[in-house]
Amino acid sequence: QDNRISIWSAGDLGNAGLNGEYHGEPHLLCDIQHNGDVMDMQFLDQERIVVASSTGTVTIFRHHQNNQTLSANHRWEKAHYHVDQDTSYGGAACTGVVCNNPEIVTVGEDGRINLFRADQKDAVRTIDNADSSTLHAVTFLRTTEILTVNSIGQLKIWDLRQQRNEPSQIFSLAGDRVPLHCVDRHPNQQHIVATGGQDGMLSIWDIRQGTMPVSLLNAHEAEMWEVHFHPSDPDHLFTCSEDGSLWHWYTSTNVSEKPSFLHQGGRSTAYLSHSTINQSVVSAWLSSDPTKDRMEITNLIPNQTLSVNSLDVLGPCLVYGTDAEAIYVNRQLFA
Amino acid sequence: DTVPPQVVPGADPSARQLCFAWGPAEVLVCETLFGRAGGCRSRCLSRCPSRSRSRAERGPGAAARALTGSVAGAGEGAPSSSRVFVVRRDQDIYIQTLRKLFNESHGIFMGLQRSEEELAGKSRKAQLVQVSKNYRSVIRACMEDMHQAAVSTRDPALQGQYSTQVSILSAMELIWNLCEILFVEAAAAGPLLLRLLDWVRLHVCDVDSMVREVLSSESPSKHKLFWNVVDVFVLQGRMDEARHLLSKEASANPASMNMYKILDELMKKMPVPSLGNTQTLTELELKWQHWHEECQRYLQDGTFASNPHMESICKILLGDEDAILEKKELMTTWYHFLVTRLLYSHPTVKPMELRFYAQSSMDLFLGGESSPEPLDMILMAAFEFEMHQVIKECSIVLSNWWFVAHLTDLLDHCKLLQSHSLYFGSNMREFLLLEYASGLFSHHSLWQLGVDYFDHCPEFGRVYLELHIERIPLSTEQKALKVLRICEQRQMHEQVRSVCKIMAMKALRNNRLGSALSWSIRAKDAAFATLISDRFLKDYCERGCFSDLDLIDNLGPSMLLSDRLTFLGKYREFHRLYGEKRFPEAARLLLTLMTAHIAPCSFWMTLLTDALPLLEQKEVIFSAEQTYELMRCLEDLTAGNPDKQKFQDDDVETTKVEMLRLALARNLARVIVKEGTVEGS
Repeated sequence: QDNRISIWSAGDLGNAGLNGEYHGEPHLLCDIQHNGDVMDMQFLDQERIVVASSTGTVTIFRHHQNNQTLSANHRWEKAHYHVDQDTSYGGAACTGVVCNNPEIVTVGEDGRINLFRADQKDAVRTIDNADSSTLHAVTFLRTTEILTVNSIGQLKIWDLRQQRNEPSQIFSLAGDRVPLHCVDRHPNQQHIVATGGQDGMLSIWDIRQGTMPVSLLNAHEAEMWEVHFHPSDPDHLFTCSEDGSLWHWYTSTNVSEKPSFLHQGGRSTAYLSHSTINQSVVSAWLSSDPTKDRMEITNLIPNQTLSVNSLDVLGPCLVYGTDAEAIYVNRQLFA
Repeated sequence: DTVPPQVVPGADPSARQLCFAWGPAEVLVCETLFGRAGGCRSRCLSRCPSRSRSRAERGPGAAARALTGSVAGAGEGAPSSSRVFVVRRDQDIYIQTLRKLFNESHGIFMGLQRSEEELAGKSRKAQLVQVSKNYRSVIRACMEDMHQAAVSTRDPALQGQYSTQVSILSAMELIWNLCEILFVEAAAAGPLLLRLLDWVRLHVCDVDSMVREVLSSESPSKHKLFWNVVDVFVLQGRMDEARHLLSKEASANPASMNMYKILDELMKKMPVPSLGNTQTLTELELKWQHWHEECQRYLQDGTFASNPHMESICKILLGDEDAILEKKELMTTWYHFLVTRLLYSHPTVKPMELRFYAQSSMDLFLGGESSPEPLDMILMAAFEFEMHQVIKECSIVLSNWWFVAHLTDLLDHCKLLQSHSLYFGSNMREFLLLEYASGLFSHHSLWQLGVDYFDHCPEFGRVYLELHIERIPLSTEQKALKVLRICEQRQMHEQVRSVCKIMAMKALRNNRLGSALSWSIRAKDAAFATLISDRFLKDYCERGCFSDLDLIDNLGPSMLLSDRLTFLGKYREFHRLYGEKRFPEAARLLLTLMTAHIAPCSFWMTLLTDALPLLEQKEVIFSAEQTYELMRCLEDLTAGNPDKQKFQDDDVETTKVEMLRLALARNLARVIVKEGTVEGS
């Protein structure tokens, strides 16, 4: 198997054609061989990328921009393993990685959580057997707290300041224990968390209250692999799935569309202004009736065939990759 | 090329007998201890129809020993180390640059299957032609990449490999293009010639560099290859470009101005078929006859006698075969010759007439010096409209099923292939698609494309898929999930169960009980859930506490999957209630576990022992009813096997039973008193 980490250039911004459209395909800048499947990766900083491998190894690659090469900077072998670290066979896939420079947290099929620091050789902290099932994804809740999702449908909060190896809170879905595959936190409002499940369901959780999700939205027809809030415009959410579709969810908190009784009379006006302040703070994601607030859902892929495995979004750009070995770049997301 | 199928290098059928075993994508060839006891040479490997080259790799020696062990016996061959060869059929799928071809063509294939019969007639044909063009552009794109790779690599072996691939791809595109013109578009007389001209212009590009050189020079008419280029243009029917060059010559050489003017007129007036319906064939033929006679007159008048170049051009315009044949090097191929001939002698050629011209052109061009190559035979078969022959020849020559599978599928959609049953029941299209997809399945990642191909093979696709999908190595959970999703979408319940069992066993072996449970829930495998629960209970008995509490505490409705699992959940609940000091509820739960037979008999002793502390509490917890029930359970348990009891000199057991009896009796006493007492105040 020849797996590679590649860096592509999707072209300069200044290359726009006459009517502002972007021309040209992404072209490969550099690549490097990688051992095992790439399960997850994230930029640590401008130059370094952390990659999680199916062999259980976590590697930091450095991208040298002056000569456009990639090199392996640091490697934690057997960060994830089954049973015994020393046996040659027994590596467990590392399924998720999240960075908050210089800290790196990884989770894997062995149910282990590792906390690394970019400059240190050994793990800063390891929580063995954090979960009896596979941990599918991890993300930061606050700088000292992380969220994990596992294959028995549980969302767990871990407080890294505490020494005990127990989650501080466990959330789960009410019905069948459908495995959860991805998790993302609202960029501004830290109590709002979105997860995607094996049945393609999108769940929105308010972790301040209750142990159950606030809303369950029937979305895809197969596993939802990734969910991302737009980092600067969090009313937009993106999900991609095994069924080959990529959905763009947009919920608006447009107050002017509220029922008219709020506009009547003096006292109501005061009430209105009070409630409008409240409304703008409470995100539309938490509305328990998604049909009342406007929610637009668009499928961004016209002819879907194979699974969309991964996506990322920044500014007006969206990039996603499919099982048909193709990468798509959309640079005018909100045009 | 015409290399016959290669024997596996190193395996010599004449020295000793060989045996082989088929795998899903590979063949294992093994040398046995038996020598060759006379008899014919056997060509091992590749199934019939025999074709393609295969690459062999040495297999592990241990396997060889195992195999030879099993066939050891009287043999004539001298005992020596035997080898096992792994013969892989489809090497091409591992070529990195071809992956784009496979992926993109998969997309086009799916689009074609889905576009079923929506349109009819002309628009359907246009749609099919577009599909064909898409395939071709994918081939061209791949050729580009391969060419880039060949240019940029430094390794000469790789470079050779890439260059070979480029020429193979170019040949494939050539054949496909011709098939598109003749079969898919089924161009009628008139447009047929135009399409063939385009085809030639696109594919005979050996002369391109020469053309570029002359055109970019300062005074082209002085260039030594000038007349060659003019001839090329004339031979390819590119009249405007030829006239443009000739005008340069005329301006440089005023003496021949007259001749030039006449020739220019002739070339301008030459009637060609048009794509639209502006003129009928008969009109065209008439015009052409006139024009032909005019050229004839000028030639016979000796107008061009002083300039041999212009004279030969005029002869070409008249379709003089000898004149055209003189320019063999400029045409390079017999099919170029064919098209030029047709252009200048039979521009209104009908598709069915092509075969005669094709055969004679090839004979004339090759002139007995060289024999036709496989590519020539394929093209000839196409001109003869022998579609099956084309496909057959391509299958033999090419090392990969990609080309024939997709081409046949397209032709089938054009309703051109008679359903031609093959010996084993499926038709040609299905056979080729099955072969191609099977090849894909041996690849660690391209197998996903193969699934879709199997879906569109109505007769055997499902069976093939069922067999192949079970053999995909499940290296990560994500891969297993993808396989599962494919099986679930097609209601392949056996395979779902099988995959889930494999993953669950793996998880169990790695002590990931939660994962194992999650897999058995997905497969709704009650038996496995029971197995996992037993594991938990065993752990509890050994260690006295539960592992993986986060799992057991949060089982939810999945608890109902198996009785044992339900028991586990409830038992844990009992412990929790006890821990929270909610004794009456705990007691009730404990009793239900036994009386409702949720608990396995083997566990009753443990449950009763758990009841002990409840019985010993200061407060009376069990009611009289409940105590009677407990006593009954105890008696049931001990009455079970009196013989066994005698042989057990297990003091612990008997002590336990006695303690229980005592505790139960005491509790009964207390509770009778309590229940009999009238509550005061």
